[in-house]
Amino acid sequence: MSLLRKLAPGRGSVIAVPYLWLTLFFLVPFLIVLKISFAEQDIAIPPFTALAEYADGYLNFKLNLSNFLYIFTDEFYFDTYLSSLKVALITTIGCLLLGYPIAYAIARTDPARRNILLMLVMLPFWTSFLLRVYAWMGILNETGLINSFLLSIGLIDEPLHLFHTDFSLYIVMLYAYLPFMILPLYSNLVKLDLRLLEAAADLGARPMKAFFSITLPLSKNGIIAGSMLVFIPAVGEFVIPELVGSSETLMIGKVLWNEFFDNNNWPMASAVAVVMVLILIVPTALFHRFETRELEGKDHA
Amino acid sequence: MHNGGKLSPFLKGALVVGFLFLYVPILSLIVYSFNASKLVTVWGGFSLRWYASLFENEQILSAVWLSIRIAFAAAAAAVVLGTVAGLVMARFKRFPGSTLFAGMITAPMVMPEVITGLSMLLLFISLQQLIGVPTERGFFTIWVGHTTLCMAYVAVVVRSRLVEMDKNLEDAAMDLGARPLKIFFVITLPLIAPAIASGFLLSVTLSLDDLVTTAFLSGPGSTTLPQVIFSKVRLGLNPEINALATITVLVVGTFVVLANYFMLNAQRKRDRAIAEAMRADAPKLPDVPLESLGRPGRA
Amino acid sequence: MKDAVASAQGAAKEAGQQAYLKIAGVVKKFGDHTAVDHVDLEIHQHEIFALLGSSGCGKSTLLRMLAGMETPTAGKILLDGQDITRLAPYNRPINMMFQSYALFPHMSVEQNIAFGLKQDGLPKDEISARVSEMLELVQMKKYATRKPYQLSGGQQQRVALARSLAKRPKLLLLDEPLGALDKKLRQQTQLELVNTLEKVGVTCIMVTHDQEEAMTMATRIGIMSEGQLLQVGTPSQIYDYPNCRFTAEFIGETNLFGGAVAVDEADRVEIEAPELGGRIRIGHGITGPKGMEVWASVRPEDIRVDIRPVEPGPNRARGKVREIAYLGSYSVYHVQLASGKVVKAMVPANRWYEAGEAEPTWNDEVWVSWRDDMPVVLTA
Repeated sequence: MSLLRKLAPGRGSVIAVPYLWLTLFFLVPFLIVLKISFAEQDIAIPPFTALAEYADGYLNFKLNLSNFLYIFTDEFYFDTYLSSLKVALITTIGCLLLGYPIAYAIARTDPARRNILLMLVMLPFWTSFLLRVYAWMGILNETGLINSFLLSIGLIDEPLHLFHTDFSLYIVMLYAYLPFMILPLYSNLVKLDLRLLEAAADLGARPMKAFFSITLPLSKNGIIAGSMLVFIPAVGEFVIPELVGSSETLMIGKVLWNEFFDNNNWPMASAVAVVMVLILIVPTALFHRFETRELEGKDHA
Repeated sequence: MHNGGKLSPFLKGALVVGFLFLYVPILSLIVYSFNASKLVTVWGGFSLRWYASLFENEQILSAVWLSIRIAFAAAAAAVVLGTVAGLVMARFKRFPGSTLFAGMITAPMVMPEVITGLSMLLLFISLQQLIGVPTERGFFTIWVGHTTLCMAYVAVVVRSRLVEMDKNLEDAAMDLGARPLKIFFVITLPLIAPAIASGFLLSVTLSLDDLVTTAFLSGPGSTTLPQVIFSKVRLGLNPEINALATITVLVVGTFVVLANYFMLNAQRKRDRAIAEAMRADAPKLPDVPLESLGRPGRA
Repeated sequence: MKDAVASAQGAAKEAGQQAYLKIAGVVKKFGDHTAVDHVDLEIHQHEIFALLGSSGCGKSTLLRMLAGMETPTAGKILLDGQDITRLAPYNRPINMMFQSYALFPHMSVEQNIAFGLKQDGLPKDEISARVSEMLELVQMKKYATRKPYQLSGGQQQRVALARSLAKRPKLLLLDEPLGALDKKLRQQTQLELVNTLEKVGVTCIMVTHDQEEAMTMATRIGIMSEGQLLQVGTPSQIYDYPNCRFTAEFIGETNLFGGAVAVDEADRVEIEAPELGGRIRIGHGITGPKGMEVWASVRPEDIRVDIRPVEPGPNRARGKVREIAYLGSYSVYHVQLASGKVVKAMVPANRWYEAGEAEPTWNDEVWVSWRDDMPVVLTA
């Protein structure tokens, strides 16, 4: 309980500034997307019909459900959502499998080296995401690093087809999202009381057993926060599938982009976004909850 | 503190594999930026020609300038809004609409950018229809988008710093006669300054790097650096981009390494001072016999 | 012993005729939970008063209400005749030394001490004069330009004290003043702190869970439990004449025997105590009906242990030694009576040697006994 809280004059205005900003530029836009998702594409500026029309003393509301009907009946959209979820899920699991040992190892090194390792994980994160994706284009190419290497040691006779495949999509997704998994896991694992593991060892638990019965359950909050931090944006990822993915890999972010920029179909793009938000509400709430819990854990320490 | 020190071979292996995975692509980018050949992945000898042509590329240079201006403007706004938002979350906790507020802070960090970008664009178009502003998409609309995105990150960083801070410090200042607003500026702000600084840097980075939201919010005359890079690499490998990437990595890398070095150094000095100060208590201890404390106050 | 009590009471009275600080019927509720439950307390000028209780007993909440960090749900607080119940903390002539000191980490020792004076808008030269006076007082002149992290725990405590005294508050609050120091340093600092406080002559209220600290430092102590103030008195009053079982057990160690009043005359009370397997006799009367449920408290140091049988009578029983804790100049014997009750007795180290007797050991049969001016009768 803080004093500032009770006594700050104009406490309301302190809250109001960020609150209004977020309402105007984050919440209201969603409502507009919702509204436009019920409109029809039109050759006009802006290119959609109005929902309400006033004519001859009548106020007519027209809710066009066809965008949603289309999304729910057309196999293309269903498959795209499914495939986006699949890609995001596999990416998340991959990041977890690769990221957990790294985060764990960093948390277990001595504090002097720990900072350097952590900096090395963060460094790519500070450099451009787009350029990091681009780097893989040069590696996975027909004439790229992997193929030249394999050809030069004579393991293969002709270049492997790696680029614009599911393989390239997953490897770059994994690459781009890995730091987002490592950081929350690290900050959770570094707080773990090592005496618990010593106690477990003292009581006769072997390291593997101690890991699965103590470390893993205690790092649950970190795992969930990290997984959601990867999973949610991965569902709507656009850049990676566009640059390195196969043309057959359906990703919803790409579909939304195409509907908007190529087909100029704003209502359809909005409907796609609305359905995506509905899908992501549960994981977002989960992320929010576990992130808050992590912070409050600190509060009591 | 427990020094793990010895890592098992498995963990060591995980570290090596993980760091190779993170750094080999970046190193390959750098190496090929010095390639004389136009075919990026075929080595044609050492050359700086791509750096020269990069600095002659008007399109890239003006995009860099625009991106930098937007990044600093957005980071400045994000720091102010985000600090206030972080303060609200850490100190006010419950107020009408606090759940919605906390949700609106977290959501921009995870929401796929195609959604935030689309929704913000539709807002600006509706506003334009409704009140006539903004008249066009460009610097202002991108700035608003980036500020909204970045303030969420600043808020989270500032909040976690505030949660760790000893709340007694603010109470002590009030006890000594300072009013709430003064306490914020004289006590709270200096103590969360490192968090605000890292929030600022994070914001600059995010803004400089943002492609998707920007694509929705930019207009014909406002092409940012990521947009230029995206349009170029979409067509395939481009040695100028390698050169650009190398410069980015060098600048960011130098900065991060230096910042880390100074922070570690300061921390080490501080630890030493603390250890030294603690020794001051030790030599003055008289030997107090146990019994003298046994039964106080009894006649 | 009676004289000692009388003189202690006299000292408390001398300290000031009328109350300097008056806490009247103060209640603080957090939702359904009552943290402070109708506390009435009067504190005299120049007194060092300690609120003693275990964590969660409401002592800290009471202190925060005095500082103005919390507002009472009901009741009044008057300081030097002024109602301060609803005064904002920054307007109160009260300062506090916080638990773990809350020194501003980004300010030097000087700046920390000057902080409160600056808020009052004092002229610069007066501020620096007052700061150096305070540094002198706590002997920290050498460290004026250091930052808090460059100070040891004991030095930080002195700076915190200087900072809270700099504004010359009418009332100084100390929240667990030495709780952040390790045990050895604490003992030394207690006396140092009292000396400084007495030199300044400030009226103090401290909150602590450490009874030794309260006993050493305070002129009077208030025992708190579950939001209520159970007993107020000088350290010796509280120790020798606890008014309830809680106080008797909380302050020092004691042996409690439950029983019914069998005889109540002007010169003695006799209590039938089944756990003792006999009567407890106390050499003064109480005013209670026969058969009334009471408790007798006997301190371990008042109990005598004998290896030879003692004459039958009240205030004695036979038992077996179950444990002996050797503590240097004395040992604590745990003697189990026939009822199963374990009595703790403190036996001086030279007791057996001087009597020319063999020291008893585990399972030996012994007799415990005490004089009839030793027990205290408790009715609650």
